[in-house]
Amino acid sequence: MKYIDEYRDGAVARTLAARIARQADPRITYRFMEFCGGHTHAISRFGIADLLPGNVRMIHGPGCPVCVLPTGRIDMAIRLARLPQVTLCTYGDLMRVPGSAGQSLLKAKAAGADVRMVYSTLDAIRIAETEPGREVVFFAVGFETTTPPTALAIRQAEARQLANFSIFCNHVLTPPAIRGILESSSDGVEIDGFIGPSHVSAVIGTRPYDPFADEFSKPVVVTGFEPLDVLQAVLMLIRQINEGRHVVENQYVRAVTREGNKAAQAGMADVFTLRDAFAWRGLGSLPHSGLKLKNTYAAFDAERRFDLEDLPGRENPACECGAILRGIKRPAECKLFGTACTPETPLGSCMVSSEGACAAHWTYGRFRDHQRRAS
Amino acid sequence: MTIAVLRRLDLSRGHVDLSHGAGGRAMVQLIADIFHSALDNEWLRRGNDQAAFDVAGGRMVMTTDGYVVSPLFFPGGDIGSLAVHGTINDIAMGGARPLYLSASFIIEEGFPLADLKRIADSMGAAARTAGVPVVTGDTKVVERGKADGVFIATTGIGLVPQGLDLSADKARPGDRVLLSGSLGDHGVAIMSKRQNLSFETDLLSDSAALHGLVADMIAVGGADIHVMRDPTRGGLAATLNELAHQSGVGFRLEESAVPVKPEVAAACELLGLDPLHVANEGKLVALVAPESAEAVLAAMRAHPLGREAVQIGEVVADPQHFVQMATDFGGGRIVDWLSGEQLPRIC
Amino acid sequence: MCLAIPVRVNALLPGHMAQVSLNGVSMAVSVALVEDVAVGDYVLVHVGYALARIDPLEAARTLAAMREAGVIVEREVYHEIY
Repeated sequence: MKYIDEYRDGAVARTLAARIARQADPRITYRFMEFCGGHTHAISRFGIADLLPGNVRMIHGPGCPVCVLPTGRIDMAIRLARLPQVTLCTYGDLMRVPGSAGQSLLKAKAAGADVRMVYSTLDAIRIAETEPGREVVFFAVGFETTTPPTALAIRQAEARQLANFSIFCNHVLTPPAIRGILESSSDGVEIDGFIGPSHVSAVIGTRPYDPFADEFSKPVVVTGFEPLDVLQAVLMLIRQINEGRHVVENQYVRAVTREGNKAAQAGMADVFTLRDAFAWRGLGSLPHSGLKLKNTYAAFDAERRFDLEDLPGRENPACECGAILRGIKRPAECKLFGTACTPETPLGSCMVSSEGACAAHWTYGRFRDHQRRAS
Repeated sequence: MTIAVLRRLDLSRGHVDLSHGAGGRAMVQLIADIFHSALDNEWLRRGNDQAAFDVAGGRMVMTTDGYVVSPLFFPGGDIGSLAVHGTINDIAMGGARPLYLSASFIIEEGFPLADLKRIADSMGAAARTAGVPVVTGDTKVVERGKADGVFIATTGIGLVPQGLDLSADKARPGDRVLLSGSLGDHGVAIMSKRQNLSFETDLLSDSAALHGLVADMIAVGGADIHVMRDPTRGGLAATLNELAHQSGVGFRLEESAVPVKPEVAAACELLGLDPLHVANEGKLVALVAPESAEAVLAAMRAHPLGREAVQIGEVVADPQHFVQMATDFGGGRIVDWLSGEQLPRIC
Repeated sequence: MCLAIPVRVNALLPGHMAQVSLNGVSMAVSVALVEDVAVGDYVLVHVGYALARIDPLEAARTLAAMREAGVIVEREVYHEIY
């Protein structure tokens, strides 16, 4: 697969790993947070931890929009799905996320709610067109990568005068979340640098990360999606730390530019506006971190259309998703991990989303816990 | 058996209705014109509710299966041929020679007769090619909405050669893990036809009867073949994790050795799926004592269904029963069961 | 986040759509968010939409740097704080 396989080359990995081992100063512990859940997944799937020296640690960040969705918002989606006239369209990732009282969209579907998994907003629009008797609601979730497609869908719905299409908007923004992490780092984990998200950056560019390098003096390397990208980015971060620099660098030059995708940004700005605040699982309420539809598009806003009540949501008190999302705890340090909370019986969102830290660790990496105990 | 009927079945435009399951002339006609004509053999011709045959001395195996695949017709097969192949494979995985099959059809009212005939013909062809007849069957019709077109339930019986006792609890550390060919073909072929995923590929399901391949393997490896299993739902990951627990062992695999067709790899990348979790319907994995592994592998490669057979790893002692894998990339990971249903991801 | 895959543009379709493929698996995606897409381009696709074009020169440069176990230095110069 072009532009994929070349960046998974094991021989080049060994070269990069050797260089990393030479450059990493044995007197320093390097703690890098990969913000994006896709990177968490790649690191686990390719076993990148095995290629890094012991003093280079990867900390999993909250860049998994499914993981940071508060339970209350899932409850609201389930409530929408249960309305008899509603067809709720959702990405697959959200089907099994637990709401309060052990409910989920998958369970609601089994009980008769019209929940349909879609790959794209294009599918949801198609359903609205071919089933005019149904109220089609699209469960819109995601960071800035996924938001432009939703914006386009809204504009398409408007152009086609679709009277039965709306979205339940849960789109969130990356820079406020990174800021939230950095501002709360006095609580716990020290982060020395960031592996910046690949495809969010393809949309927003690298400019939005400048404050984290400037204000917080943290190096940020915007990184590609493949494992060699991650290794190269780790090398770049180590270099910055060793040289006392803290700037924004772009490793993903083949897809990311300084200014990003202007058309996508314009689409988002046309359709969405900032919420004053939005609740994030684990990070609490962050100002100007979430999006809602502008008043001109109110007809497409499911929250207004169905007069949806804001639900508070209840999480399992022993669930450590919050601490894990901030990088303060590791999955194995949550008492529920592997016992009450498994991918089959997820109690928290970190376990259900395939790129949540807990799911990634369970699926690919938990054998290392036993190795650690054995040695 | 011939009966007087007023009208021939309209096989091109007709539909199954409740009278076809009611036990009367209409049902007899349906069975005769569609099932008996497609599956034809000496037992069905006798027209009894049961099939009688002599039993050779030795150990028999029996298996049962249900087929609910959607869509009913997919690239490389359909529910009918799948039912024949899958049942034969379950028998063959025990090292047994498949002898006879039964098939029970639960048909939804309104199901097109043309489709039913197509399925029956496909089953007949599959059964004839495999040399394993469907000797008895049953037909039921349920109201519209109570069955997804048609469901097929099967039973198969076979005969185990003397001295063989393949079983899931017989894997031993040191056994080599042999895989007969590429992973994920069936699952991806099916998914390409699912409405809500909208991708296209020329990929065909690998649905096939494996008893010929198995026979060749047993001729060479005999009791050195400790376990065989076909990785269907849940893929190779499910199979190896099951075997790890049932035998109380672990596995070490080499990702670079696992064959995956480029189209399957591509579809899995696009949907965010792991090929190790995707279903196969014409592949097997065998755990073979090291002394015989090379010979068994050679026998596999000499057979049309095993041309790409390869050793992908070995059985190890592991109290945690992990299936560990060295990635292409150089790091390590485990291969775990798939959780819940396989859902494409965006993240 | 987020899963985006590089695919080749094989044909342009009406309504800002394109037929793309990866290793013989093809699909129709929206190219409304990427300007002047041409047949033969490689684009990143996420949930049915192309989000960016892959720059072949930069891709080659990245690969070359990786093979040398080197790092990427961006062509643009921007504000650095020491």
